[in-house]
Amino acid sequence: MSNCAVISSERSFGPKVRGAAETKPMVRFSNVTKRYGGLTVLDGLNLEITPGEKVALIGPSGSGKSTLLRMLMTLESIDGGLIEVDGTPLTHEKNSVGELVLASEKYKRSVRSKIGMVFQSFNLFPNMTVLGNVMEAPVYVLGLTKDEARERALQLLDMVGLSEKIQHYPAQLSGGQQQRVAIARALAMRPKIMLFDEVTSALDPELCGEVLNIIRQLGEQHSLTMLMVTHQMGFAREFADRVCFFNQGRILEQGPSEEFFEHPKEKRTQEFLSAVTEAS
Amino acid sequence: MNDFWNWGFAWKVMPLLAEASLKTITITLTGFSIAIVLGLFLALGRRSNFAWLSWPSAAFIEFVRSTPLLIQAYFVYYVLPNYGIVLSAMTAGVIAIAIHYACYTAEVYRAGLDSVDRGQWEAITSLNISSKRAYRSIILPQAIRPIVPALGNYFISMFKDTPVLSAITLVEIMQQAKNIGSETFRYLEPVTMVGVFFLIISIVCARAIRHLEQKLEQVR
Repeated sequence: MSNCAVISSERSFGPKVRGAAETKPMVRFSNVTKRYGGLTVLDGLNLEITPGEKVALIGPSGSGKSTLLRMLMTLESIDGGLIEVDGTPLTHEKNSVGELVLASEKYKRSVRSKIGMVFQSFNLFPNMTVLGNVMEAPVYVLGLTKDEARERALQLLDMVGLSEKIQHYPAQLSGGQQQRVAIARALAMRPKIMLFDEVTSALDPELCGEVLNIIRQLGEQHSLTMLMVTHQMGFAREFADRVCFFNQGRILEQGPSEEFFEHPKEKRTQEFLSAVTEAS
Repeated sequence: MNDFWNWGFAWKVMPLLAEASLKTITITLTGFSIAIVLGLFLALGRRSNFAWLSWPSAAFIEFVRSTPLLIQAYFVYYVLPNYGIVLSAMTAGVIAIAIHYACYTAEVYRAGLDSVDRGQWEAITSLNISSKRAYRSIILPQAIRPIVPALGNYFISMFKDTPVLSAITLVEIMQQAKNIGSETFRYLEPVTMVGVFFLIISIVCARAIRHLEQKLEQVR
């Protein structure tokens, strides 16, 4: 199990105080079910995430947390329930008589543009330079001119500290650098929601910090809604407003991160947390 | 008439064979050009998410691969005229061999496309890139490396299969050699020369493919 040193920043974390008028949720999972054959991975899951909220999803492997992110990115189909993003159904669309039916590929394309994702295995395009990776979608999906896309890409690559490497190919970069490019690539699409799926799990421990720092920086600078599947409890505690503990396809326990880690209520949560702490 | 190799005779039939060899080369080049394009469409069709496209593509590929080229050539040249489609031997031959090899190249493309990591498609989806654009700029450039040597082997294989088309009266180099033999009762020289022709071109092509393969290794 990898263990990254989390450099604690000065600022105090914990749930942010939000305006009294709670706006409509940015993401809403209603009774979401996912099965692989006979195996139920998500079992009638409900979860609401407010705009700008940073949520860490933790739990044992196979508990459904990554599946949740992948369903939100439309990489997995839905077997029951409904996912809404920014007030619009993601998994379903209205047919001619106004009933909700499973969304077509075309409809999903129109809705998922609000979401960006960073993967455990980076998934950069190896045949393109760093700059090419970041410019590709803004040019061919958003229709930006090459100059506009280049400017946007350079700005983001500067933010992730890779201005020097724009003409390199992914294979010439370290894992941490590749993951920072992947973050810049996702941000170039200006998503409202960013999903991080175990983004440091494939990295050497000493390279985790540079990636986590970027994510930390993002959380401070932007009003992005962020969902993160992670095994790094230290980072989850410091970074997230809320922590959700997944167990057997359900959210067994959730709460503001300080409170969650200080006083876990469920026995299963306590076991998990102590096992993870011992391992690291 | 049973003397050994006769250089004078070989020299005399050389122009006839050379002329027919051009036909063999034309069939190979035209047929292969069609095969690699048609094969790509068949492969993409087979990978399609639409059952109405993937199922017929898969069935067609399997059908053609499981039947001999000779029968397919007979079909195009001798059976289609019954339905009003009359083709010259050359056209029928090129069509038959192109379709036959398109189904083999389709499988080469499929293997190449499958070799691209699934994570690439996930990134493509997450960035909302259309699959048309994705194939062009991301998937095919990565798939090309395993594809090129395999296509090269089928090119050589196709070249060596062209004599099959002599069965539909197409006078390519092998048919020409047979014609010379039956007129002069000397088969040794023409058939040997045809063999040498196939040998030389095949070896040269194999070398060229190996070279191209190494070039592709160096890229990236």
